[in-house]
Amino acid sequence: MAEYSLSNRKVLVSNKEMTFSERLYLPAIMKGMGVTLKHFFGKKVTYIHGKDLRNYSSTYRGLHVLKRDDEGRERCVACGLCAVACPAEAITMVAAERLPGEEHLYREEKYAAIYEINMLRCIFCGLCEQACPKEAIYLTDRLVDVELTRKDFIYGKEDLVEKMDNRIDISNRQHH
Amino acid sequence: MKVTIDGHTIDVEAGTTILQAARQIGGDLVPPAMCYHSKVDNTGGKCRVCMVKVTAGSEKDPRPMPKLVPSCVTTVQDGMVIENITNPQVLEARKNVVELLLINHPLDCPVCDQAGECKLQDLSYEHGIVDSELVEDKRVFDMVDIGDKIKLHMNRCILCYRCVYLADQLTPERVHGVMFRGDKAEISTYINKAIDNEMSGNVIDVCPVGALTDKTFRFKSRVWFLKPMNAERNCDKCCGKSTVWMFGDEIYRVTSRHTQYGEVEEFICNTCRYDKKSTSDWTITGPRDFGQASVINQNNYVQELKKVVIKADKRLL
Repeated sequence: MAEYSLSNRKVLVSNKEMTFSERLYLPAIMKGMGVTLKHFFGKKVTYIHGKDLRNYSSTYRGLHVLKRDDEGRERCVACGLCAVACPAEAITMVAAERLPGEEHLYREEKYAAIYEINMLRCIFCGLCEQACPKEAIYLTDRLVDVELTRKDFIYGKEDLVEKMDNRIDISNRQHH
Repeated sequence: MKVTIDGHTIDVEAGTTILQAARQIGGDLVPPAMCYHSKVDNTGGKCRVCMVKVTAGSEKDPRPMPKLVPSCVTTVQDGMVIENITNPQVLEARKNVVELLLINHPLDCPVCDQAGECKLQDLSYEHGIVDSELVEDKRVFDMVDIGDKIKLHMNRCILCYRCVYLADQLTPERVHGVMFRGDKAEISTYINKAIDNEMSGNVIDVCPVGALTDKTFRFKSRVWFLKPMNAERNCDKCCGKSTVWMFGDEIYRVTSRHTQYGEVEEFICNTCRYDKKSTSDWTITGPRDFGQASVINQNNYVQELKKVVIKADKRLL
């Protein structure tokens, strides 16, 4: 067979005998350990979930928020389109009718009395956000907390609806 | 009488309307109808979405009709040739009619209980109407309770008159009608008089939009989360044949059975509709079938399952 290489990456394998130091094995081990030890003193590449802040992409899809409008009224009308769009069936809701005197709490005559997202089922695909006709649900760059029991991952309205003194900015994600 | 609709020829009896003839053929060429209801007398000719082009009036006089005609109130003549979906003029006119119907409609589908089974929603979706040229404010009414079981949401009404004619048909004296004229017209009971007829709940079913809704089902669920089942019971007031809308083992609401054109098959009484919401009241005979495109079939087991055959070498799998 001719000694040609189309890719120029062809290497001939030789069957040469190992030298004495190579056969000792220890120098190669020390060299390998040295490589490992070197990384102990370098920059850490691991992020601790929920503790360290890493740089998220501006389109990152994390924990949902149920937005309020400028006057602080809940936007969600429990139309159920997020639930029907959800491929993981993570969203459930129960609607209720707004009573007279509650106009400052809910924007329209119908609102979600119960709105739950099971964060263990959720795959953070963002289809709920796309389906929402009322611009009520958005995914944010926040993370879902670590919990000890499964039922703690079912987020209700108290976790999802934004607080008036702690509004969640979703504009960054929307500009992309 | 021989009529040809979009190239399909059919023999129909004299006195048949174009819409009925089209329904006898079936399929895509059936014009939509918002106001016409075959079980309610005198309906039709109001909404104008069923307009079609008559390209040949009859065999004797084959001249085309100069304007589009409403198919629900135009009777056929021998040798009539009609174009519906094959005529771009009809489709354009229909699109404009739907836009006009939406002039005062609030498009509050996310809130409305009719969403998912609303004819106006289907029409506006089919005709791709996104923006309206209307610059004026839409008319706004307060919600009214007609009796303790029916909610009238006048904002959503398209003034099809179906409910008015149905009330005329069911009651000996007129209890409910359209007050005022033109832009001010509104459905009303005569000075807030409640409709207390035993069959009055059927106005909910004949309403093509969400103007008349069932208060016992108000905001309970969305129709696409429920499983519609055919159910029967022995009722001394009505036929006792209904569709029950179930969530798990619970009956959320009871409606009459609707045909594929959204018309009521047989009217049911208020006792069946409002008071019999336990599974022990009904004999459930099977799932109610809805058209493939209906959102009601979302996640529903009556949807036909398609078997996928992978064309690959058997040894590979």
